[in-house]
Amino acid sequence: MKKIGKHTLQMNNIVNILETASIVGPKESNGPLAEYFDKCIEDEFWSEKTWEKAESKFIKESSSLVLAKSGLSFADMDYAFAGDLLNQCISSTFALRESNVPFFGIFGACSTFVEALCLGSVFIDSGACTNVLCSTSSHFCSAEKQFRFPLELGNQRTPTSQWTVTGSGSVILSKNGNSPHITHLTPGVITDLGIKDANNMGAAMAPAAISTLCSHFEDTGRTPEYYDAIFTGDLGYVGKDIFIDLARTKGYNIASKYNDCGVLMFDKEKQDTHSGGSGCACIATVFSGYLYKMLKEQKIKKLLLIATGALMNATSSQQGESIPGIAHAVAVEF
Amino acid sequence: MNYFQNIDWMIMLRCFIIGGLICVFGQILIDKTKLTPARILVTYVTLGAILGGLGIYQHLIDFAGCGATVPLTGFGANLAKGAIEGVQNQGLLGAFIGGVKASAGGISAAVFFGYIASLIAKPKIKKQ
Repeated sequence: MKKIGKHTLQMNNIVNILETASIVGPKESNGPLAEYFDKCIEDEFWSEKTWEKAESKFIKESSSLVLAKSGLSFADMDYAFAGDLLNQCISSTFALRESNVPFFGIFGACSTFVEALCLGSVFIDSGACTNVLCSTSSHFCSAEKQFRFPLELGNQRTPTSQWTVTGSGSVILSKNGNSPHITHLTPGVITDLGIKDANNMGAAMAPAAISTLCSHFEDTGRTPEYYDAIFTGDLGYVGKDIFIDLARTKGYNIASKYNDCGVLMFDKEKQDTHSGGSGCACIATVFSGYLYKMLKEQKIKKLLLIATGALMNATSSQQGESIPGIAHAVAVEF
Repeated sequence: MNYFQNIDWMIMLRCFIIGGLICVFGQILIDKTKLTPARILVTYVTLGAILGGLGIYQHLIDFAGCGATVPLTGFGANLAKGAIEGVQNQGLLGAFIGGVKASAGGISAAVFFGYIASLIAKPKIKKQ
């Protein structure tokens, strides 16, 4: 691989996204994308005693499923990159503790999925390994408890608040096969314009997404016309509008080919999800379920996937800190 | 039938309107400001305590009954009222005892019913 421009890495070798798997929870199962997911679980506890155990099960099952779908086993995986939203990434570590695969736990908030794809791609492109497992998860109930208030409090939700997606998406990156592959990756810089409302993450993350979008286009010399589709992770309705406006001020008209995974995930009117979906599982399941199939069927041939993350925690919000945003992008072609 | 004949429908209406308005104001705070629900809760209790302490809130209770006592502002007013009565009966120490004493019923009921609810119910995601 080589570095082009300021931030972007261009792959020399083919980094295939060999297979994907997506498992979602009850609310997502009633959403407009339900038919694209591999498994829809109707019980948010998934027969476990706690939400945290359930979330871990989501990631465990989605990584097992992606292996089963590709005919591989944990023994074939050279390395695993995984992350989630819980303290110390326990969903991922507990899920993969029996896998016996060398493990990197990563945290980029809701941008973790593409962060995993970036790091995995570098490992594959280096030629040092054959298969890398990338997995992320999130769970509405455990995330509310971790970042806002416990569900038992029965709080009202504000109009700009987003709904953390319950589920997990897993992919296998491989130097083998003939499938949609990652050609470029543009890691983002931390961007903070001073938004302090933990219920308005779309506005906090949109400037980071714009920063990464501009870096990607400047570094590669490409324009929005090059891509069939541009997707952000979980800006939601509020952030999506801000993103389109900000892109226009930078001279990029993306409105016709752009959408947001958090907007697609739920039916805003019927499901009362306010500004849309969010969480590590949002872009992970929408990519693994919906977008990967679109790529495979060549309905989308060139995709720019930008995952956005809000890098706050409960303590930083309580101490009045603003919310730094980050966004990582990968270009996927088939 | 006697029970229904004895209902004062006007106080019911006033109770509904005042109680409803207090909640509408809270909803506006949630939708239009960045205040978290916890802060709104504390604001309501504090506001009730101030208005109760100044004797203003009692007029609202006389007018709307439970429409004024059930919302959080009523809890605040009750705390203030209890503290004032405590001082009158027990001196300065009553300021610390009276408030909680006056609202002991509400606090104990909240703990009791909260505990019962936690035993028989499990929090869930709203599916639709």
